[in-house]
Formats: sequence, structure tokens, C-alpha cells
Amino acid sequence: MTNNYYDPADLRKFGKITEWSEELGTKFFNYYNAVFEEGALSAREKSLIALAVAHVVKCPYCIDAYTKDGLQRGITKEEMMEAVHAGAAIESGATLVHGVQMMNKYNKLSM
Amino acid sequence: MATKSLKARHKELAETNNQLEILNGGIFQEGELPYFKDKIAEIGQFPLRPNKLEVLQINVGYMCNQVCEHCHVDAGPDRKEIMTKETMIQCLEVIRNTGAHTLDLTGGAPEMNPNFKWFVDEASKAGIQDFIVRSNLTIIRANKKYHDLPQFFKDHNVHVVSSMPHYTRGKTDKQRGAGVFDKSIMALQELNAIGYGKPNSDLRLDLVYNPSGAYLPGDQAALEHDFKIALKEDFGIEFHNLFAITNLPIARFLDYLIASENYEDYMYSLVDAYNPAAVQHVMCTNTISVSWDGWLYDCDFNQMLDLKVASKVKHIKDYNEDLLHERDIIISQHCFGCTAGAGSSCQGTVA
Ligand code: SF4
Ligand code: SF4
Repeated sequence: MTNNYYDPADLRKFGKITEWSEELGTKFFNYYNAVFEEGALSAREKSLIALAVAHVVKCPYCIDAYTKDGLQRGITKEEMMEAVHAGAAIESGATLVHGVQMMNKYNKLSM
Repeated sequence: MATKSLKARHKELAETNNQLEILNGGIFQEGELPYFKDKIAEIGQFPLRPNKLEVLQINVGYMCNQVCEHCHVDAGPDRKEIMTKETMIQCLEVIRNTGAHTLDLTGGAPEMNPNFKWFVDEASKAGIQDFIVRSNLTIIRANKKYHDLPQFFKDHNVHVVSSMPHYTRGKTDKQRGAGVFDKSIMALQELNAIGYGKPNSDLRLDLVYNPSGAYLPGDQAALEHDFKIALKEDFGIEFHNLFAITNLPIARFLDYLIASENYEDYMYSLVDAYNPAAVQHVMCTNTISVSWDGWLYDCDFNQMLDLKVASKVKHIKDYNEDLLHERDIIISQHCFGCTAGAGSSCQGTVA
């Protein structure tokens, strides 16, 4: 055990979750791999979506993994940063759109 | 970006023994990662043996006009190892009699060998089916005396294989040095102008892509697709195939991996991506590599680690294809670079 909540080396051990629940772990990884195959969206497009989401859910493992995945696919740093902004914009938009709820409530409670 | 080879900088890793010590020790010795030998034994491929000889690869010298950071040759302007005419004559004798269908000239920048043109001229008379010269492109623009190379290649029906790290300037220059991108683009346009790389043209022009960093190349077909679109749209450039090659952890790339603290992760990536199906197609199974001073190796990588063939025949002067066919191939942990993912050789993916 390390004294940190996150250890970069733990990413390599991700596959081990299957050891404690073979059935669910295998189902998850099969699903995961199928999602990222070439489909209506290209694997390249999905890699950028994954990178954006990785930032929104703030998963350091996913950020490492999809930065490397992008490099392997020849995705440029400009493309990667734009994807991160797309994620950030949605995330901040999601916060700000609740401002309408606040305004509604404010108006309802006020005379 | 360094401007000198590891050798000129007297770096520890200029010594092949030190490289081999790293590749055999550390995470492998401690059992964290398996030895290559054990992995291929699992599928009955140890000892690794050659198939039919198809490619004769001749390294005519380690001198290069560039000093790329990832270079497994540790090539550069300061390297003085250059094949002499005498050794070339011995090579020609072999080229005339070999069963191999491909002759592959490499370096350094092979064009910098003072007898390069004479050698190509002579070798092309042997009637080898596929005559490859690995040209780094910038050499064509480096000096007036090289400006006529595209026409020279065409006259000798040479198959040009050129390195192109990325279709954007930033990535290319970072890996290969400032100005490399623009010069490479210009050279490719010149090659196109005389007919190289055009659809259906017999003048073959292929590109080699190596990742510029501590990661593996992505899918070769997808990369080829992206390169083709980008180079065509931005510069009107056409080429035939893109070979995506994994960087092997030797020489300057090994030095980079260690200095940037990426070595362990990189070796993990290689071992994780081990693909048993690639083993029977790795380059050493159909290639003999000849060094600038005439020694024989299983591949260009073993040459850079100074691991000579395990055969009675070790030098071009004693060359004997039948005897060489009997040998076991010398392997170490750098070989995981050839079996990662779809596999990797000088011709791109293998499985
Ligand atoms: S990678 Fe090729 S072009 Fe770059 S220094 Fe090495 S031999 Fe020269
Ligand atoms: S590094 Fe050389 S010897 Fe090792 S697998 Fe690759 S081609 Fe064969």
C-alpha cells in the first residue's frame, strides 16, 4: 500500500479488478473495448471525447491514458486542448444553467 | 535538442554493454516483467530461427546530417564510421549472388557516404527486385551536391523510404530539429514532381513514422489515412504507404527514456502490447543486416547493440547464406519493440 490515494502505477493494475469479480469485470472490459472500436464515430473521435470526459470526471488515470492514446493516434496538442475546453464549457455551462433555477426560486419567493 | 551523438558526448549509453545491462537487468531481473526469451518459449519459438532470407540490409555508415532524438543508430555529423569502397566491393559480390529479393540501404544518411552513388550504380546492375534507399529527406536539401538525388534515385529505379514523424511542423521539428519539416516537405514535393509516390507510379515512395516520444505508434492504417489527407490538402503531396514503426529502447531513445523517467512505463507498454502472432514475422526472420565495417547481424537493432550473428560466418568476406540460415537469432528485451501490437519492422506492421 502506498500512502497516496492515486498512484500512476495503479493504472497498469486496472485489469485486476476482474480477479475479484470475474463475470462483471469481464463484462465491463468487453463493453469498454467495444465502445472504443471504430463505429459511426471513428476511434480517433472517441479518443477525444474520452479525453474531454476524463477531465470533467477528473480522473487522473483516464487523463494519463487518453493523453497517451491521443499521442499514439497522432492527435495534436491543439486538438487535445480544444477537447478539454469542450468538456470544461459543458461543465461550467451545467453549473451556470442552474442559475436559472436560482432565479426562478428567487422570483417565486420574492414579492 | 542535442547536436552531437551520445558517442561524441561520451555518454555512458554510447557503450553497448551498458545498454544491454539495462535491458537485461532492473524490472526484468527482478521478475516484474518477463524476459523476451520466456515469452517466445511459451509459443515454441525459442530459439528464434530465421525463415527464408528476403532482405539484405546494408548500413553504409553512421554519419548523418541530423541528430534525431529517437535515433537508434546514435547517428550524427560527428560519427566517422563509414563503409569503405573495399567493404562495398565485398557487399556487391554478395548482392550479385544472394537469394534475397530486396536490397535495403540505410545509415545514418546513406547518401553521405562518399562512394554512395558509385555503390548504388553498381548494385542496381545486379537486378535485385526491390532496391530501397532509406533517405531522411532533408539530406536532399542539405547541400547543393545532394540536389540531384531525386533524379539519381529515379534513374536507378530506387524505392525511396523516408522518415516523416508527423504531418505538422511543430511535432516534426521537435523530434528531428528546427527546419526539418519545411525541408522534408520540399524534398517530398520534388520527388512527387518527377513521378515518385503518384498513384500507380512504379517509382515507390513510402514514409516511415516513428512516435516522437515514449508511446507506441497507433494503428498503421489510420495513421496512413490521416497523413495522406493532411499532406495532400496542405502541400499537395502524395506517397504510397506509411510504415508505423515502434521505437526500440536502444541508443538515444533509451537515453531519452531514462532521462525522462519513462523507461519503466515504456517497457511495461511494450510487454503489455506483446502479440505472439507478430513473433514469426519479426524482421530478423527474413533479414541479414551488414554493418559499415562488414560484420553481420540479425537486424539493424542488434547491430547497434553489437550483437553479431551467432554463426561461424560473422563477416561479409566469409558470407554464406546456407550457413547463416542455420543460426539462432540473438534476442534481448529490446525485441519486445518488434512484437508490440501489430508488430513492427522496417516495413511497418508485421501481423
Ligand atoms: S533517425 Fe535517421 S535521420 Fe535521424 S539521426 Fe538517425 S539516421 Fe539520421
Ligand atoms: S530487435 Fe532484431 S532480433 Fe529482436 S526481434 Fe526485432 S528484429 Fe528480431
